[in-house]
Amino acid sequence: MSLGLNLNIARVQLLARKRQTVVAMLGVTFGIAMFILMISFMKGVNQFLQDLMMSTTADIRIYNKLNTDYSTSLAGRYFSDPAGKWIIVRHPKPKQVNLNIKNAPGIVNDLRKSDRILAVSPLLSSLVIFNYGPVQWAASVDGVDIMAEDKMFGLSAKMIAGRTDDLLRMDNGIIMGYKLAKDLNLAPGDLVTLTTQSGTQLRCRVVGLFKFGISTMDEFRAYINLASMQQLLGKDRDYITDIRIKLKDTREAKKLAAVYARKYGYTADDWEVVNASIKAGNTIRDTLTYVVSFTLLVVAGFGIYNIMNMVITNKLKDIAILKAQGFTGADIMQIFLSQSLIIGIAGGLLGLLLGFLLSFGMSRVPFPEDGYVSIKFFPVLFESQYYFFGMLFGILTTFLAGMLPALKAAKIDPVAILRG
Amino acid sequence: MQTPVLEAVKLNKYFHEPQEFHVLNDVSLTVQKGEFISIMGKSGCGKSTLLYLLSTLDTDYEGTITINNTVVSGLNERALARFRNRHIGFVFQFHYLLPEFTVLQNVMMPAIKLGALDTAAIEQQAMEKLQQMQMQDLAGKPAGKLSGGQQQRIAIARALINKPDIIMADEPTGNLDSANTAIIFDIFHEIAQQGNTIITVTHDEDFARRSDRIIQMVDGKITG
Ligand SMILES: Nc1ncnc2c1ncn2[C@@H]1O[C@H](COP(=O)(O)OP(=O)(O)OP(=O)(O)O)[C@@H](O)[C@H]1O
Ligand SMILES: [Mg+2]
Repeated sequence: MSLGLNLNIARVQLLARKRQTVVAMLGVTFGIAMFILMISFMKGVNQFLQDLMMSTTADIRIYNKLNTDYSTSLAGRYFSDPAGKWIIVRHPKPKQVNLNIKNAPGIVNDLRKSDRILAVSPLLSSLVIFNYGPVQWAASVDGVDIMAEDKMFGLSAKMIAGRTDDLLRMDNGIIMGYKLAKDLNLAPGDLVTLTTQSGTQLRCRVVGLFKFGISTMDEFRAYINLASMQQLLGKDRDYITDIRIKLKDTREAKKLAAVYARKYGYTADDWEVVNASIKAGNTIRDTLTYVVSFTLLVVAGFGIYNIMNMVITNKLKDIAILKAQGFTGADIMQIFLSQSLIIGIAGGLLGLLLGFLLSFGMSRVPFPEDGYVSIKFFPVLFESQYYFFGMLFGILTTFLAGMLPALKAAKIDPVAILRG
Repeated sequence: MQTPVLEAVKLNKYFHEPQEFHVLNDVSLTVQKGEFISIMGKSGCGKSTLLYLLSTLDTDYEGTITINNTVVSGLNERALARFRNRHIGFVFQFHYLLPEFTVLQNVMMPAIKLGALDTAAIEQQAMEKLQQMQMQDLAGKPAGKLSGGQQQRIAIARALINKPDIIMADEPTGNLDSANTAIIFDIFHEIAQQGNTIITVTHDEDFARRSDRIIQMVDGKITG
């Protein structure tokens, strides 16, 4: 009813002490600007690290987990002792096992039918010694269907020499990380000999080099055709140890991993399990953002609290006269609370603008080149929800900070003031 | 034409701090419509205290106060605020105006709060009141920039804006020089002649003599 009048009084009083109002506003402005900058940057870092990780990690990986449970022994079954009470084998030696996925081509075909899946890439991987002249170097070589692998990780975009499909045209081609090639002093067209642990060898011709910007990939990884790998390891054409899946929606990974594990009877890990440390890092950065922003907003809140308390002390007479004229305690509270809120909203909007400008500036700062991480600028995300939350926090803080002084003003006894 | 505007019956008030003090002792009082009443008495006898009770600002007392046939004793804060806004006009010793607002805005404010008229009508009435106080030339000035005498005249205009049933004044000239005191006294007589009911606390014998009735107080009691 009297809201219009009360707001008008609040506005006139605010304008009458511009400097104080601006100081209080700037507190909120900086608090919110910092919140926007911090969260945009931290989320940018999170996103960058996740993208980096996802560029080498499948959403879901299906594989045959090596059985490391030695508590039961075959001996028990042979000697009909089901409870394992009498026959105890101490420190059994693991038997030679095949870690392949049986019926792998069937599973791959089955998965490729699903419309939730973007790409399915079968893998047979092995640690291999590279011989180039006298130089020997250990690296992991993946035997892949290069087209599927390209779909999974966007390999062709990371080629700095040759092309991914050169692998298909060449009989025994190899694509390797550019650092690995540098260590071995190899260039495209050169021949290199791969030697497995069991001594089998394969001569390959370098057809391409890639650069991921991650040294574990660039220095210790190479790709050959799946068939070449099976041949090198002396396995048959269906021998595959891993099936990797890229989903249309990454967030479904956890759910679908469980589904596939049950369906095919093999272990299926989603990317969150594989990269738990990334998640921990995200959580830490998020926490840091909220702690710092919270602190800044609390400081701004205290600023407003102080200023409003001071204002009310200076305005005791005015409050008494308003009450004598027929303003209720609720009216007085509205007058002073709306002053805090106006400060909060104006300061907050300014903070959003400043936060955006700072984030934008940051996203234009070149990232120091170090050769390991391929990133040109500081990673910054621009998401409307950060701005929404920034504003929400700003208004909430000023509301709380203004509440106590406003309540105090509402309770002032006019008689005590008017007596003089 | 004897219609009581205000009736106070057996008002008692105590202060508990710093020590128990019986400041008003069985004060009863009837004010007729159109009466101009002066309350006199020694400093500390309880004149201001009585006025704050009658004006509904102070609610901590025993007894009953009826204004304009409404028993105001025991009404809640909201109802009292509304009641004051509509029925009571104030003038204080310290001419309290809101310094950030203009003279005109100060005068208009109680009427805007009441909300009975639109802004244009309120402004017109406020200008009339200012004219009556010969303050119309200062209408656009910030209230904080005026002298004490000028401010007190504006405070009177503000007290009149809602055509209250009673105007209460606590030593309205207590802070003014003799020239301004004379002006304020004249204004009070003028508005009394226009039919307003006035209760004023004063130490000025001449001023009191020109009113309809003088109420003498001694130590929290009305003696005549
Ligand atoms: N808040 C209070 N607490 C305790 N005692 C008070 C309080 N306010 C006033 N008194 C006392 O009550 C008595 C009456 O005070 P009041 O202000 O009504 O006197 P007064 O007649 O208006 O005096 P003056 O002519 O000086 O204005 C005084 O003795 C004063 O000291
Ligand atoms: Mg007094």
